[in-house]
Amino acid sequence: MDRPIRVLLAKAGLDGHDRGVKVVARALRDAGMEVIYTGLHNTPEQVVKAALQEDVDVIGVSILSGAHLTIFRKITELMKQYGMKDVLLLGGGIIPDEDKPLLTEMGVKGLFGPGTSTQEIVEYIKSEVKRLRG
Amino acid sequence: MSAQERKSQFLTVSNLPIKRLYTPQDLTDFNYERDLGYPGEYPFTRGIYHTMYRGRLWTMRQFAGFGGPEETNQRFKYLLREGQTGLSTAFDMPTLMGLDSDHPLADGEVGVEGVAVDTLRDFEILFEGIPLDQVTTSFTINPSAPVIYAMYIAIGDQQGVPREKLRGTIQNDMLKEFIAQKEWVIPPRPSLDLIVDIFEFGMKETPNFNLISISGYHIREAGSTAVQELAFTLADGMAYVEAALKRGLDIDRLGPQLSFFFNAHNSFFEEIAKFRAARRIWARIMRERYGAKNPDSWKLRFHTQTAGCTLTEQQPLNNIIRVTLQALAAVLGGTQSLHTNSYDEALALPSEEAVRIALRTQQIIAYESGVADTIDPLGGSYFVEALTNEIERRALEYIKRIEEMGGGSILEGVLAGIENGFFQREIAQAAYEYQKQVESGDQIIVGVNRYVMPEDEKKKIKILRVDPEVQRRQIERLRRVRAERDNRVVKRALERLEEAVRTRENTMPYILEAVKAYASVGEIMDVFRRIYGSYREPASFA
Repeated sequence: MDRPIRVLLAKAGLDGHDRGVKVVARALRDAGMEVIYTGLHNTPEQVVKAALQEDVDVIGVSILSGAHLTIFRKITELMKQYGMKDVLLLGGGIIPDEDKPLLTEMGVKGLFGPGTSTQEIVEYIKSEVKRLRG
Repeated sequence: MSAQERKSQFLTVSNLPIKRLYTPQDLTDFNYERDLGYPGEYPFTRGIYHTMYRGRLWTMRQFAGFGGPEETNQRFKYLLREGQTGLSTAFDMPTLMGLDSDHPLADGEVGVEGVAVDTLRDFEILFEGIPLDQVTTSFTINPSAPVIYAMYIAIGDQQGVPREKLRGTIQNDMLKEFIAQKEWVIPPRPSLDLIVDIFEFGMKETPNFNLISISGYHIREAGSTAVQELAFTLADGMAYVEAALKRGLDIDRLGPQLSFFFNAHNSFFEEIAKFRAARRIWARIMRERYGAKNPDSWKLRFHTQTAGCTLTEQQPLNNIIRVTLQALAAVLGGTQSLHTNSYDEALALPSEEAVRIALRTQQIIAYESGVADTIDPLGGSYFVEALTNEIERRALEYIKRIEEMGGGSILEGVLAGIENGFFQREIAQAAYEYQKQVESGDQIIVGVNRYVMPEDEKKKIKILRVDPEVQRRQIERLRRVRAERDNRVVKRALERLEEAVRTRENTMPYILEAVKAYASVGEIMDVFRRIYGSYREPASFA
């Protein structure tokens, strides 16, 4: 049997809006995934190091401060540096449409804005991780 | 007989059950004088002023701030030209967290969520051409509140405005930060000391300034129910009163300088009942529990903001209607000031056009609808009175639980609840329940889980973006200030502040001195970090 999907959920940057990330954390856990939540105010370095240490399949970063371009650029650079090709990077929060192509180019695979159902996130992660694990 | 109803049960958005019909049977114990009284009279259920909006309308106060102080100064002037009657300042995340614009953690956040402020130089630009004796200004800031409050006083001093003429509000409510909004510098107990420093200083120096805005808004946004919002906020208010009494402050001088801040959410009547219950509970607590004698101490004065979390990214123009209903609830609930959200705020900071529509919404309610022409028009409704009683009853139950956690002290109960995660768990649980109701379709959100449309409307909205240049400019100005100021004076002021913190003297005069020497927000807050350490919340989502 496959090992359960391991997900690191993180709040990066300075904003303290953790309602969404906590709801997602519970929904992923209820869907059978192993969820590690970092808590608030993490630097990109802290997020990537925690992901390495915890050997996760997925990193989900929640940002509602508008600093998503800066923070995801740093996270994706660090992930490349550490060779984390098989880790799925996702983003959630207030992210304007016009920034989405740029984030995709950096390597953020999925972006989930306000109004997304947790079911949609669960299904997305399941199918993407299955693909990544081959 | 058609007993068939649309749903098996009818609930508010906070899961309060609603009956088919309310009659005198629901108010059997009702006593007009005791439960309602007259506007401007104890227990103020119907409003805190004798004439309410017939005398003066509520203050239309749109929260604004983005970019550098130059951009925000322009937005302030624009809002005043458009008929706004009070200013309200939004700060960027680094300023809120007590960090300077050149701090590594500030990268990408400078001027993005609000205006960036590092030193008094920024405040001079922010209030350029705005005489402080002619406006009231509200500052949404908490951990670094003492620094910002000192900056406002310093600008008043520069303009030659007597301190007693300064009017406005500093949010300064750290308890709800630890409970819900999550902006902090130092741990809860020393944070409370700093708040009481502001009380003690402000009661003497700026007697017409609200020294705190005890806020339920963020608790609600974090996912709480209406009852939790009310109960936790009032408990926080009681904790502040107890902390002030411990310092030996006079409740009847402090009482009139306390203000509140609530959310106006979707369930229309529940919100109105919440505002009415809030006034009645606070009046009784202040008079009966804490022995306040000044009627102004009994009055719960509050600001309202419509619920940001109800705004949808999908079909954003629908948000105008949501905001209208929420604003109407705030007005029918007797608010003293109001911020209406802009329809594009699930996408980004609001554009000028969106802000104008939000302000016009208030103006239409005020001048066209006629709802402001009589006081508490829903008073006496079987339904609204029964709901007011029910919300009061449930809120008091929570307050009792908090009191038990503190062994009879609300102050200790609130601190214990923060430290053991009680509030955080209660709120996260309510948020998760709500999400499940949305996903099951029990809770309908128009445009999100019902009446969904292809997302074409969203594309047409022009959103506001903050120029990354702002960060560079802000850092450059900070460096220039640091180079030009007299650094010996700054060093001495910071040392004197540190000494005051260590000897438990009131820190406000020393913060003011440091601010006037152009010490930065980060430098001043670092003094507190050195002594008390930085707070970190244990990470938990359960």
